[in-house]
Amino acid sequence: MERRVVITGIGAVAPGGTGIKRYWDLLSTGRTATRTISLFDASPYRSQVAAEVDFQPAAAGLSPQEERRLDRAGQFALVAAREAIADSGLDLATPRAESTGVSLGCAVGCTTSMEDEYVVLSDGGAHWLVDPEYVVPRLYDHFVPSSLAAELAREVGAKGPVSLVSDGCTSGLDAVGHGADLIREGSADIIVAGGTDAPISPITLACFDAIKATTPRNDDPEHASRPFDNTRNGLVLGEGAAVLILEELEHARRRGARIYAEVAGFGTRSNAYHMTGLRSDGAEMAEAIRVALTEARLASGQIDYVNAHGSSTKQNDRHETAAFKTSLGEHAHRVPVSSIKSMIGHSLGAIGALELVACVLAMEHHLIPPTANLHEFDPLCDLDYVPLTAREARVDSVLSVGSGFGGFQSAVVLARPERSAA
Amino acid sequence: MTATATRPVITGMGAAAPTGLGVAVHWSAIAEGVNGIAEITRFDASGYPVRLAGEVPGFEATEHVPSRLLPQTDHMTRLALYAADEALKDSGLDLAAMAPYEAGVSSASSMGGFEFGQRELQNLWSKGGQFVSAYQSFAWFYAVNTGQISIRHGLKGPSSAVVTDQAGGLDAIGHARRQIRKGTKAMLAGGVDGALCPLGLAGQLASGRLSTEDRPDRAYLPFDEAASGHVPGEGGAYVVLEDPVCAAERGARVYGQLAGYAATFDPDPSAPEADGLERAIRAALTDADRRPGDIAVVFADAAGVREADRAEAAALAAVFGNRGVQVAVPKAQTGRLYAGGAALDLVSALLALRDGIVPPTAHVTSVAADCPVDLVTGDARPLTGDAALVLARGEGGFNAAAVVTRTD
Repeated sequence: MERRVVITGIGAVAPGGTGIKRYWDLLSTGRTATRTISLFDASPYRSQVAAEVDFQPAAAGLSPQEERRLDRAGQFALVAAREAIADSGLDLATPRAESTGVSLGCAVGCTTSMEDEYVVLSDGGAHWLVDPEYVVPRLYDHFVPSSLAAELAREVGAKGPVSLVSDGCTSGLDAVGHGADLIREGSADIIVAGGTDAPISPITLACFDAIKATTPRNDDPEHASRPFDNTRNGLVLGEGAAVLILEELEHARRRGARIYAEVAGFGTRSNAYHMTGLRSDGAEMAEAIRVALTEARLASGQIDYVNAHGSSTKQNDRHETAAFKTSLGEHAHRVPVSSIKSMIGHSLGAIGALELVACVLAMEHHLIPPTANLHEFDPLCDLDYVPLTAREARVDSVLSVGSGFGGFQSAVVLARPERSAA
Repeated sequence: MTATATRPVITGMGAAAPTGLGVAVHWSAIAEGVNGIAEITRFDASGYPVRLAGEVPGFEATEHVPSRLLPQTDHMTRLALYAADEALKDSGLDLAAMAPYEAGVSSASSMGGFEFGQRELQNLWSKGGQFVSAYQSFAWFYAVNTGQISIRHGLKGPSSAVVTDQAGGLDAIGHARRQIRKGTKAMLAGGVDGALCPLGLAGQLASGRLSTEDRPDRAYLPFDEAASGHVPGEGGAYVVLEDPVCAAERGARVYGQLAGYAATFDPDPSAPEADGLERAIRAALTDADRRPGDIAVVFADAAGVREADRAEAAALAAVFGNRGVQVAVPKAQTGRLYAGGAALDLVSALLALRDGIVPPTAHVTSVAADCPVDLVTGDARPLTGDAALVLARGEGGFNAAAVVTRTD
């Protein structure tokens, strides 16, 4: 019998607050969490804006040792995982560890800790030959981000397949897709899936400055992320984590779990074109969408909401608008499309999972989060981008897409498990 | 056989290893006992407690990587491009004749392009942000090899990068099999790592698993009573994993089949009850529809750390009996290549099956009494049988096992 995968728990640490409730409060009211960077002095940089998480490890429930052991990305992931597990009602004392796994996405790992330690080891960049006397015990874990997936696996006592997926900015989406694949193929019944990243650091700012990927709109940080708006001029960095408990459908039904949605389809393709550039036709993203819809056995017309990558760059917005038209046909002009990056910025490997959680919440509340800051439409972006305010609508099937450095193009379809197939 | 049970075949192999550039050079160096471990030359490591490493010899980037890619690639990405090129050429796949989405890339990575990253960190912190390279945004990160390989060869199928520390080489290949089962015809799969720069070695020191021994033939002695940790290395391997029907239709030369694969985790790998490696072995055997007696040789993870060696020996004994199966550790001649190590072992395992020999493990002279493994040392032994088991473990509790079989 075909195995199906459903979401039975969600957790989030996002700009605007820790926890699902604060996250949805932000998204549903269309407020933005982008601001002038406060984590360090960003004044030397071209772009000084980001969507930061107000995060106090102890207040978020982390112990002093967890706080010391984990990079900020790991702290986010652990807090989000605990919320998702509690939400799922799973009793982890029940012995099913061998059929439990982890699939966590992360693009840049523990980059903040690595940079902090580099500064000490090189004494402020003074030396190429760093001083090994100053190596801290956790440095290897900070270098190799599978440590983040291992942390979640220990938290839930997982003994099944555990991995970190690092596909640039599609990491979070791909990690959920990969987790669903593991359950479908029978390698696990439960996968703790999601994404995390905490990239707001001097080196990240510098490298995005160097390619002018981030916005220079420092004088108006609250309105700096403007997907699909004609005046957008670069992405706004974000940070955070989201975790979704994926479970085999019958397993979830047997224990009477609340089922949010089915992970119905997943597709990923590469553009094989450029590490950071996109062709305007969006052909590979369109193909990823087609694959995800086929796996979900849904017609494009059955999609009620599209959560766009919407990174607030001209290149992306046109690329994915073309991809939607190619893959969804006429329906592309009817279906609401929005980008929550307008509110929470672009948190690299976390964002795909945060966006899927937003999709789950849209299905739960039948409310489509808006694209904030969208006043002046790009004439080449002519779809219904749900500007400024959330919209009530029946939401039973959603498509969420992502596009990443390295050429990755991914799509996930969520749907109610009792839907009728196309 | 049902579609979901498709067992892909390996039709191409490429390697960049401390034992040599290219699969043939690597394999003959293993047979001849050449030691790829030597003093670190990529930087002055005299101030470190660890001064040995396995570096890829004679790699001139300009000979193997287009000049356009040189400013935007770390050393380890260049090694990965080499290994991927070799594997594709070796496979004889005509990518131009394939439909656009029929081939993809699955890579494992542990540390990314850290030498490149360290240089840019130094530019930032000593001179300022405006001195940071436009390529830093992707040259150091964990997906870089997958991205660069997909672009170089126009591979538009499903691609990804997995990080499971040193288990990654097998997990990337297992992930590639998953894509083939979902309909992709061919996947370039494997792993290459290399962080032999001042910052990279500092991070590896923190693992507490590096040997501080200075003699190249005594520093990495897996299963030996004198084991004192491992020697870090650079390099790895890629293979072309292909749908068996497609490979047969085009008359491809087949090295063997990926018959079984499994991954497990130990939440507390040092606990006495940790059984993740044994579970991975049993699951991979079941997946391959094989019994322990079918396995002719095991390419062990071989940590070179006493406690971890004991645990692996115990897992092998539990499945195969005490000294119940021949064990080979070509890693003893390369050091540990992180995500590249297990991918290279899988290549070596297929060559051992092809040639019917178990290569002797170098340098180990006294297998520890508490490691009841039949480690092949001294002379090569004949290999009778058609199946090999490859094992890999990653820091934190990751285990992976793969069964490869000869198909003639």
